[in-house]
Amino acid sequence: MLIGFSLLVALIFLGLFFWAVKTGQFDDQHTPSMRVLFDDKKSTSKKSINNQKNQDE
Amino acid sequence: MNSATVISSEICYHCGEDCTSETVHFDDKPFCCTGCKAAYQILDESGLCSYYDLDVNPGINLKNTKHRTRFDYLEDEEVISRISDFWDANKLSLTLYIPNIHCTSCVWLLENLQKLDSGVLQSSVNFLKRELSLLIDTEQTTLRDVVEQLVTIGYEPEIRFDKLDSQTQKSHQNRSLWLKMGVAGFAFGNIMLFSFPDYLDTTGSGLGGNFHIFFGAMNIILALPVLLYSSSDYLKSAFAALSQRGVNLDVPISIGIMALFGRSVYEIVTMTGTGYMDSFTGLIFFLLIGKLVQQKTFHRLSFDRDYRSYLPIAVNVLNESGDEYSVSLDKLEPNQQMRLRNQELVPCDAILLSEEVFMDYSFITGESEPVAVKKGERIFAGGRLTGNSALLRTEEKVANSYLTKLWNHETFQNNDKELKLTTFADRISPYFTVVVLGIAFFSGLYWLQTAGMEPALSVFTAVLIIACPCALALSTPFTLGSALNVLSLNGLFVKNHLLIENLSKATSIVFDKTGTLTESDSAEVIFFGDNLSAQEQTQVKSACQNSIHPLSRKVANYLTTVIARGSMNEVNKPRGNLPEMTTEHGQGDCFVDIKSSPNLTFEAPRKDDPVLLSNSEIPGKGIFAKMKGTKIHLGSRSFLIEKGDIHPENIPDANFNGSTVHLSINGQYRGFFGIKSRIRNGIPGLLHSIKEKFNTYLLSGDNDAQKSEFKNYLGTNGSLLFNKKPEEKLEFITQLQEKGEQVVMVGDGLNDAGALKKSDFGIALADDISSFAPACDAILEGNSLSKLHDFIDFSKASMKIIIASFVLSLLYNTIGLGFAITGHLSPLVAAILMPLSSISVMVFTFVTTRYFARKRGLMIWK
Repeated sequence: MLIGFSLLVALIFLGLFFWAVKTGQFDDQHTPSMRVLFDDKKSTSKKSINNQKNQDE
Repeated sequence: MNSATVISSEICYHCGEDCTSETVHFDDKPFCCTGCKAAYQILDESGLCSYYDLDVNPGINLKNTKHRTRFDYLEDEEVISRISDFWDANKLSLTLYIPNIHCTSCVWLLENLQKLDSGVLQSSVNFLKRELSLLIDTEQTTLRDVVEQLVTIGYEPEIRFDKLDSQTQKSHQNRSLWLKMGVAGFAFGNIMLFSFPDYLDTTGSGLGGNFHIFFGAMNIILALPVLLYSSSDYLKSAFAALSQRGVNLDVPISIGIMALFGRSVYEIVTMTGTGYMDSFTGLIFFLLIGKLVQQKTFHRLSFDRDYRSYLPIAVNVLNESGDEYSVSLDKLEPNQQMRLRNQELVPCDAILLSEEVFMDYSFITGESEPVAVKKGERIFAGGRLTGNSALLRTEEKVANSYLTKLWNHETFQNNDKELKLTTFADRISPYFTVVVLGIAFFSGLYWLQTAGMEPALSVFTAVLIIACPCALALSTPFTLGSALNVLSLNGLFVKNHLLIENLSKATSIVFDKTGTLTESDSAEVIFFGDNLSAQEQTQVKSACQNSIHPLSRKVANYLTTVIARGSMNEVNKPRGNLPEMTTEHGQGDCFVDIKSSPNLTFEAPRKDDPVLLSNSEIPGKGIFAKMKGTKIHLGSRSFLIEKGDIHPENIPDANFNGSTVHLSINGQYRGFFGIKSRIRNGIPGLLHSIKEKFNTYLLSGDNDAQKSEFKNYLGTNGSLLFNKKPEEKLEFITQLQEKGEQVVMVGDGLNDAGALKKSDFGIALADDISSFAPACDAILEGNSLSKLHDFIDFSKASMKIIIASFVLSLLYNTIGLGFAITGHLSPLVAAILMPLSSISVMVFTFVTTRYFARKRGLMIWK
């Protein structure tokens, strides 16, 4: 019974993986990693932070 | 607006350039030019200043964008519908290629485009492909407005002829590989879980018999999709190879796969064992990882470009009443009048209707000097107009022009160069297969005689299973994939990892001159002669700065910098009395000998210049300028003798490799400006080391002005060839190949396209790797050319690593064979041995490629 349950859980994850691939989440693996750094604040502040994080080549 | 102009050495807040000549201040921030300031203002007004917080000085330098591309054609509904992905009543979706995308700030700004233009509904960036996907509400804005907005903030999209009707094909083939790998990984993990009790408990005592059957059944159910879906590529490829009576590496792999699956099903069904389903799924899983590594490509680079991605998408055509309208290139008919502006490309062969223009053919023919074309003469497609705008009449359709003829050459018709690529693994696989089948057969036979049918079959399949060349199949993609990464870190972007083998076998290296060994858009100006006072410098500068002649513009540019520097601090002074420097120009701004100068119309002199009383230019000879109390003659030697009344004896023979411009002030000879195309950094050293080991050739479409200079570097006379047409270059490569040479060609222009394609390894050199490069096997960053020898050495080392990893994987196979032949191959042994061999090959190739790269002085980390 538990074996069937574990398989079911695994199948759900496989299904999620399929969904992720099909919706294009594996097509571009680089840009989202940059996007995550953006703040939503409406910045008009003049301070310049030397944010060197994730600086690309 | 509190903008002021001062001279300083600040760094531009927008683009990070040194503010050399003049600095514009705005909001207490320095900007190097008004373009950068304008971009900042736009962003400031829209509250988009966190652009500057994400990366330091992220902007794109806007100083050199003198000629703004016209986007009239973006109002043409037909053009829009042909370049867009989707267009209905008021929604327009399209993807633009923007080479300038380079950092986090770019992504952020472009994805906040709706703050600049409320008509943009959605914008998202694909950083690796340098693409911006837009969804536009055409009721609120037009495509043209959006594109022009992009241009003002520095992100000019590249819209070329080949974009017409090329529906952006979203690459989905990669997705199926991910899915296959997912299925294999899923099955691998679960089967491992089910098989775990068996690993620990070989007697089967602790486990109920029902569980045994249940796990077996589950294993088969889980393994079936792996066989039918995940491994389908290998089975199909093996079948295809066999039906063509060939054997590739997929054949022994498929044999292994079939043996593994068949044996496992047999054991489970007959309840004689637990089968090798864990090894089977693990094998496929690792193989697919290898394949994914292999598929890594450089999305933002295009290696297969032809003339269509070089030409613009549309051109301005005049109708009968003289109105201009834009026409897409494929609709351009013969006998139409078109107007071209400075720096625009001629899309098809045409006749000049204007009086005289300069055509820069450097990209097409390799000539470094622009050609003067007179009214009624023919202009060839691909030339770049320099100077004033001109009227032309089209002669041919774009598809029938001179430029396109090169592409109709047979070399461009077949693509067998890549099809011919085989890996070392593929080449040995026939022998491998025969040996494995032989061993399996004979050990099976031995067991048949000694123990009977049952163990014989079991040993036979065990041999096939353990000899499955999984690690062997992984060694090539992992080694070369790793080598590909190292090379790209160092500025060489190879199209396909298998091509590295071609590079490693190189025996001959052929260089192009213009734009390859020399820098195409930068010239060295040196003044030889007496000291010029600051006043004289300014006078000479104003004498030549209105001329559009490339040589006088270079002199003027040079003097501008000298004056700017001189007023700040004294710069060190080499040979001449003026500091040595380099003038930078826009693309296509090449220099001509002063003999071909046209008759020019001058604009009114600027206010801050010394008062020009008169200024005349004799076409092809020189400039005479009269100022308050000063007469300046600037031009060729004969011009100074004839017009400047200088005695020939007073003018020394200019012993200089390149063009010269002589100067006299008030009848006094003062010296000359020497101008030559600059040789890239590190080239002499590179040529020196390369000629020791390889046959080295220089193959130039240009004249032999710099022959003696390159002769010093290259040595023998026969390896320098000048005045070669594109077809002759191609022919030369073919001749070398017929002599059995493996040719590496390094070039940059369209004139090298044929040779690049024909050579065994064609390297296109580009100062900006996103800009246009002809079809090639690899794109090399301009400043990495000096490392070429290291690249070749490294590729040789990579091939040795492949062989070493083959030996390693064969070692595993031999150990496994020992178990198999003696009949001791338990599922546990197989389950340990198979992943172990794959992983150790991965680690081995990764470590050794990095080690050898480091030994050659190449960068191995970003």
